[in-house]
Amino acid sequence: MSQKLSADLAWPMLEKMLLIRRFEEAVLQLSNDKQFVGHYHLYIGQEATGVAVMSLLEPKDRIATTHRNHGHVLARGSDPGRAMAEILGRASGLYGGRGGTLHLGDPELGFLSTSGIVGGCISLGVGGGYACRQRQEGALSAVFFGDGALEEGVSFEALNIASLWRLPVLFICENNSTGSWAPGQGYPTLVHASSDLCSIAKSVNIATMRVDGADVFAVHAAASEAIALCRSGQGPVFLEAVTRRWPGNNPLWPEPVTGPTDMRMATGEFAPGGEHADWLSHHDPVLRLARTLASHDGGAAARIASLDAAARQRIADAVKFALASPFPAAETAFARVFA
Amino acid sequence: MPRQSYAEALVDALYDSLAADPRVSLIGSYVLGLGPQRHLMERVRKAFHDRIADPPTAEAGAAATGIGAAMAGVRPFVDLGTGSFPYLAWSQIVNEAAISCYMSDGRIPVPVTFHLLHGVRGGGAAQHSHSPQSMLCNAPGLEIVAPATAADVYGLVRAAFQSPNPTVVVSHAKLLGIESDVPAQKQSIPIGQAEIKRSGRDVTIVANSFMTQLSLAAAAALAEEGIEAEVVDLRSLAPLDETTILNSVARTGRLVVVDECPLRCGIAAEIAAVVAEHGFGLLQAPVVRVTRAQVPVPYSPPLEAAVTPDAAKIAAAAKRTLGARA
Repeated sequence: MSQKLSADLAWPMLEKMLLIRRFEEAVLQLSNDKQFVGHYHLYIGQEATGVAVMSLLEPKDRIATTHRNHGHVLARGSDPGRAMAEILGRASGLYGGRGGTLHLGDPELGFLSTSGIVGGCISLGVGGGYACRQRQEGALSAVFFGDGALEEGVSFEALNIASLWRLPVLFICENNSTGSWAPGQGYPTLVHASSDLCSIAKSVNIATMRVDGADVFAVHAAASEAIALCRSGQGPVFLEAVTRRWPGNNPLWPEPVTGPTDMRMATGEFAPGGEHADWLSHHDPVLRLARTLASHDGGAAARIASLDAAARQRIADAVKFALASPFPAAETAFARVFA
Repeated sequence: MPRQSYAEALVDALYDSLAADPRVSLIGSYVLGLGPQRHLMERVRKAFHDRIADPPTAEAGAAATGIGAAMAGVRPFVDLGTGSFPYLAWSQIVNEAAISCYMSDGRIPVPVTFHLLHGVRGGGAAQHSHSPQSMLCNAPGLEIVAPATAADVYGLVRAAFQSPNPTVVVSHAKLLGIESDVPAQKQSIPIGQAEIKRSGRDVTIVANSFMTQLSLAAAAALAEEGIEAEVVDLRSLAPLDETTILNSVARTGRLVVVDECPLRCGIAAEIAAVVAEHGFGLLQAPVVRVTRAQVPVPYSPPLEAAVTPDAAKIAAAAKRTLGARA
């Protein structure tokens, strides 16, 4: 393993990435089964970013995330059953079914309120950094958002304030653009005139890094450096993690275009095929990590299969828990407008 | 009884809140605007410079910084400046701060305090004369206070800092220099309680913020004509103290509602609706509203005066409820 990450760390990350993948596949199935209403967003294809960054955060750190939050919440350690129950609008959900898929969070694990207003989460995350600095506990605020969030004006205000006040904020821009990479020209997106999202942060003097967001080793190395910078009091850091969008996220509503992930594609037992073979071969972060582990360890195939079986079981249990949970009583709709 | 200006009491409240709780900080410290009282804040800036930061011209960013920080457990005060600037932070106030507690099933309260200088301040024209509080009343989850006196602004600002909820304090620009009685030991005042500022048997005048001062002036003028008006100062717009309003109308049978927000869907409309719904049988005459006209605020002084409530308009409205010709 040439990357700066030992197998001891890589295996637990694969475990978390698999858990997220199986969770998201279950969410898609539950939506198609009409077990919940409303639009939703899956983290498939971006698991490496959330898992690597979260593995480096400390309990005291704050987290702001966005509509595409399922992976962040699970990576931080929330209970998959309560997360799934929230998506299904059940009383035992993380927020009693009041927030739903767009707003999963877990304040005991450091989450601020999860905003589905894409630029909004960036600005709330800066507030998290403000509180971290005021409390002087060496904590930082990690903000996850997509490339689209930078379209909204408040994101510029937030970046500027974080930089002016040298707040300990780690901006993690998950660029899940469909665009292809042009060497030396950044990673264009469909929604920005700029082809270099880091240049937006650079324009307000924020240190920036760009990594391949499907490479968990690269994300881990960059985030490790970024977090150290943040904690040193030098102000915010902007980390752009670039992923090739999972094809199932391209339609208006997610579709299971690549089917349930077949981990045998990582161990050579089964070759990726069909129109999405390129994504499965090169851009799926879960398969990529599993392939790397398999290439260094003859016994990896069995271990991968075993981790996958455990993840499937945990998610099956989570779905069972969520489906068995009661809906909240209608009269509770009028409570807790105020603390 | 000692007297203080509204501005002095507001500054005292900020000073005492900063002194009482290390979690308190100010994002924006020009709470007194550009008027002659602005130097009063120097005392606060000097004593607490490490907990005061003036943001760039970034209303949404500043508001969100306060909101996110409050979610993370500290107690920021965000000065939004003139009452028209909150519109730039609307998403943050109504779609982040107001909803977080509810949407998280009570797990993420947002103890942030916002302050803005509202109202027709004189020469502000359409863009710097706003009173956005009636729109904010449409956002469940916000506490909104609109004090009219030195004692009340002190007490309600202290209460805002102590509250676990997002609280918007609106101060009318014309109140800053107005002096009123304050107790020797100023106290926190519970949010959500109206106060009868003047008792009277003939007609109830419900007001808030600077309109309370104008209503008291109107009541004094009416008294010279033998009409005793009761002035109910709401102090808090959300939650609304319906009981004090209805009890007063039960005594007088007549109601004038005064508010500087525009007429349509305004605070006066809401209070008229509350009384129509819960106190229709108490009324001996139709309710009369005195509000800003449903037009943008013009710049030229006679035009500005034409669209804005004043004591004479309030007194005339009170007489109308008594059947006298205005």
